Amino acid sequence: MKYRIAFVAMLALVMQPASAQNKQATAKTGAKPPAAAPAEQKDAATLEFEKFRTQMEQEGNPAELFEVKGEEFWKAKRGPKNVSLAESCDLGLGIGVVKGAYVQMPRYFADAGKVMDAERRIVWCMVEKQGFKFNDLAKEPFAKGNYTPEQTSLVTYVAGQSKDMKIAVPLKDPHVKDVYEIGKETVAYRAGPYDFSCNTCHGADGKRIRMQNLPNITTAKGSLTAVLGWPGYRMTGGVMLTPQWRMGDCFRQQRFPQPKYASDTITALLTYMTANANGQMYKGLGIKR
Amino acid sequence: MADPMKIRAQLKGDVAEIRVLMGHAMETGQRKDAAGKTIPPHFIQSLTVEVAGKKVVDGQVGTSVSRNPVFGFKVKGAKAGDKVVVSWVDNKGDKRTDEAAVA
Repeated sequence: MKYRIAFVAMLALVMQPASAQNKQATAKTGAKPPAAAPAEQKDAATLEFEKFRTQMEQEGNPAELFEVKGEEFWKAKRGPKNVSLAESCDLGLGIGVVKGAYVQMPRYFADAGKVMDAERRIVWCMVEKQGFKFNDLAKEPFAKGNYTPEQTSLVTYVAGQSKDMKIAVPLKDPHVKDVYEIGKETVAYRAGPYDFSCNTCHGADGKRIRMQNLPNITTAKGSLTAVLGWPGYRMTGGVMLTPQWRMGDCFRQQRFPQPKYASDTITALLTYMTANANGQMYKGLGIKR
Repeated sequence: MADPMKIRAQLKGDVAEIRVLMGHAMETGQRKDAAGKTIPPHFIQSLTVEVAGKKVVDGQVGTSVSRNPVFGFKVKGAKAGDKVVVSWVDNKGDKRTDEAAVA
């Protein structure tokens, strides 16, 4: 036989049942920060996680599947007005320009009169340009089971088009700066039944919840971790999730009321975090446990 | 109907490393939805890979494979430019074929 096959790896993205419970447990243990948090030491588990993640990135991140879908949505004429986003939507670099747009958002959009992050801007375009109803889009805005909202695929596509580019949130713009300051205040705002803020866990180095090292989002390095993670493919459940979803989940873990979809608060948080990571490389779509 | 696959085929020496990323629900038939009803099984059943017109993999896939799976193969004797054709059929008869060239 000419071809000899080594059936090397039936390496399917094996689901990890154990980590399914992590979410709940995370919130529970979050009440008190661990007494003696280890400093930036990389234990064996972290290294294994990193190895696993690099391998997944190289072998093929399922996020790419959503990227392909998003590209179709971006280019197709859709919605009640039957226009494509590619011919109507300005992500800040001109109508239809996707390359490098993601790393320069959140930014101020004069036509909307607001600072918007990528997902919010895409939703704005879908509503204003294509004629979709916001309430329909906001009804089930995040992936669940086999369902992935169109805007999630679109965000994935747009983010993927900024791979290996430098993060450059236009902080010089006073509008963006204002929103950045609001975000800074928001992460320091203590409230909820546990009376803690984002900064309680994410405001100092070396914190962790169980196995998960928590990035310090007040630093450039820590905030980069957050920016790199989302939009990302989460192997638990096999779903594609956006930064908007992640922020909403932070609120849930803090036992805060759920923020509205595509709201000012979320944009403020994303502006704060992304701008903190300014000047660093965006490495493309994430993959999470 | 089925989502496109992503196929990468890279030549390393005379061995082609083929990696295929598929978008599929891979429902086992064991899970229940929020209402307590069983979600019917929906998974890829057979998988074939052809390199330069010759079938090199003819495999069966079951419910133990995760959603949106990645498959990797190493094929000896492939040349640059060889056409790689991957196709699957699931238990509902849905199918998808995609191709790429060995680079």
